[in-house]
Amino acid sequence: MRHSVHLRIGPAAFRIGSDWAAPVDALADLYRDYPVPDVPDFTVRLEATRPWRRWLRPSVQITGDYMLPEAAPLPLAHGLLAAEMGMNLQVALGWRRHLLLHASAVERNGRALLMSGESGAGKSTLAALLMGRGWRLMGDEFALIAPATGMAHAFPRLVSLKGGAIGAVAGDRWGPLLPCTPKGDIRHLVPDARAIAAMDEPARPALLLFPRYGETRAVREMPASEAFVRLTQASTNYTLLGEAGFTALTRLVTEVPALAIDYPDSETALAMVEELWP
Amino acid sequence: MRAVVGTDAMLLVRALRDPTSVLDLDADGWTALLTIARAEQLAGTLAHRLHGLAVPPAVAATLADARQIAEHARRTALWEATVVARVLLPLGVTVVLLKGTAYAASGLAAGQGRSIGDCDILVPREALETVETALIAAGWEWVKPDPYDDAYYRRWMHELPPLIHRERDRMIDVHHTILPLTARPKPDAAALIADAVPLGNGLSVLSPTDMIVHAAAHLFADGDLAGGLRNLWDIRCLIEEFGKDRLADRAAHHGLTAPVARAVRLAEALFGDGRTTDHLFRRRLLARDGWGRAIRPATRLGFYVRSHWLRMPPAMLARHLWVKWRRGAPARG
Repeated sequence: MRHSVHLRIGPAAFRIGSDWAAPVDALADLYRDYPVPDVPDFTVRLEATRPWRRWLRPSVQITGDYMLPEAAPLPLAHGLLAAEMGMNLQVALGWRRHLLLHASAVERNGRALLMSGESGAGKSTLAALLMGRGWRLMGDEFALIAPATGMAHAFPRLVSLKGGAIGAVAGDRWGPLLPCTPKGDIRHLVPDARAIAAMDEPARPALLLFPRYGETRAVREMPASEAFVRLTQASTNYTLLGEAGFTALTRLVTEVPALAIDYPDSETALAMVEELWP
Repeated sequence: MRAVVGTDAMLLVRALRDPTSVLDLDADGWTALLTIARAEQLAGTLAHRLHGLAVPPAVAATLADARQIAEHARRTALWEATVVARVLLPLGVTVVLLKGTAYAASGLAAGQGRSIGDCDILVPREALETVETALIAAGWEWVKPDPYDDAYYRRWMHELPPLIHRERDRMIDVHHTILPLTARPKPDAAALIADAVPLGNGLSVLSPTDMIVHAAAHLFADGDLAGGLRNLWDIRCLIEEFGKDRLADRAAHHGLTAPVARAVRLAEALFGDGRTTDHLFRRRLLARDGWGRAIRPATRLGFYVRSHWLRMPPAMLARHLWVKWRRGAPARG
C-alpha cells in the first residue's frame, strides 16, 4: 500500500498499510521505541471506502487479515483510532498462542494484577495510574495467558483513555486528542520506557480484580466459578482454543484469588489495590 | 523475490504446487504469501503443505496458528454433522455431506487444513419438507426472514434458505441438487444420492466422481469465483486422490462436461504441469495482491455479471435485479 509501518507489541507483530500518510505517521511516531518485525503476524489495512473518499470527506475502512463485515468507517481525523482498532481486531479474532482476556494488566515483583470489566469499569485508567506509581504496565486491553505455563504475557499497546480519564492521568507522551469519536473523546498515552523495555517478560498472575466504578467502596470475594464464567465472556478466543482454553482458564481461576471491587473515585481504587495486593 | 510480491496470487499457487519454492522467499515475500493465503481461505492448507520445511520462526508460528484454526474448524464441522445426523437419521432420509464437511469426514487430502464454513448437506427433494420441519423443531431458525428471498429460494434455488442454529450459531445449507433450478445444466440429483457412499455412521458422501463434478459445478457453473482458488485446490486434491477414470462420462451424464473439463484444465495448469489456458478465468482466480486486497475490479465485475447470467434466464434476471435494486440490498452473488 502507499504508506505502511511495521511494529511489534509484546508477542504480536503488525504490518499496517494505509491509503493516507497521517495515520501511519502518527503510529510510527508514537510506537518509535517498539521493535520492528520482519515478518508480521497480522496485516491491517486502512482503506478509502470508495476511491474518491481518499480525498473527498476521507473515510477510513478498517480491514485486514481479520475483519468485521459491518464495521462502520471512521473519518480520517480518527485515523489513529482506526489503526488501533484494526490491530485490536486482528488480535481479538486471530490470536491463538495465548488465551486472550479482555483485561488490563500491571506487574510488580514478577507478579501480575489482572483487571477485567465492562467498558467504563476503569480498567485502562487504573492501569495507567498504577503505571505512574511504580507498577510495570503490561497492557490496558488484553491480558495474554500462556496455556502451557499459566503465565501472563504483556501486550502494552498505546493506552486508550476516554473522557474525564484523559485529564486525570499524568504522562509524558500523548497522541493527539481525538474528539467526538464513536467512543467519546479519546487520547492515547504512550506506555513508559520500562513497559516497552520489559514487554517480553511474562509475569505470574497473582490477583484477579473485577472493578466497578461509581459505587461506594466495597470488596467481595468472588468464587472461582463466577470468575470462570465472567472470564469466558471476557475472552475473545476461549472457545476457539478448545481444550487448551478450558485448561488455561480453569487453572487461572483456581490458582489466583478473585475479588470484585466497587469504587467511587480512582484515589480510593488505588488505595484498595495496594491494600488487597497479596 | 520482490518481483513476485505485489503482482497476484500466483505466489500462493506456486507455494501450494511446489512447497520447496518458498525457501527462496525474503521477509516481504513471506508476508505477502501469508496474507494472500489468509485472504483466499487457504492458510490452513498452506500450513499443511509446508509442514516440516525449515521456515523462519515468525512464519512457523503463523503456520502453527493456521493449523490450530483449521483443526478447530474440522472438529466443529464434524460435531455439527453429528448433531445433524441425530436429528435427520431417525427420519429414514439419506443425508449426504457436501464440500468441506464431506472431505473432513472422509479423511481426504482436500480436507487437510481446509477452512469449513457452513454445514452443506444433500437430501432427496421429496424429503425437503420433512427435513425442514425436523431441523426447525431441533432449534434451527431462518437467517433471512425476507419474503421475497424466501420465496425465491424455494422456487428457484437448489437449496433451502439458509438456517442457523440458535444456540450453536452454525449455518446449515440443505441442498436437493447441486445447481440452481434456473441454471441451464440439470444435474441428475437422484443419481447423486443413489451412488452416494455411506460413511458407516449413517451419513454419506458423494461418490468420488460426483464429488469432483460437484466441486467443478460449484466453481465454474455457479457463482462469481469468489474463493475460487480454494475450490480449485479441492479439485486438484480430489483428482490426485481419485484419478479421472469415468469422470468425463459422469460429467456428461450430469450435463456438466464443459465446467468439469475447465476445472481439470485449470487445476492442472495452476497446480500441476498443464499448459496455461483459460486466461480470463486464471486472471480472476489470481486477483489478489500481497496486501490481501481484491484487485482487477473489471474482471471481478465481469465474473459477477456472468454468475447471474449463468443462474437465470435474461427476463428473470432483469426482474430479480429490479426487485433487489428497489430494496436497496445488494443483489445476491
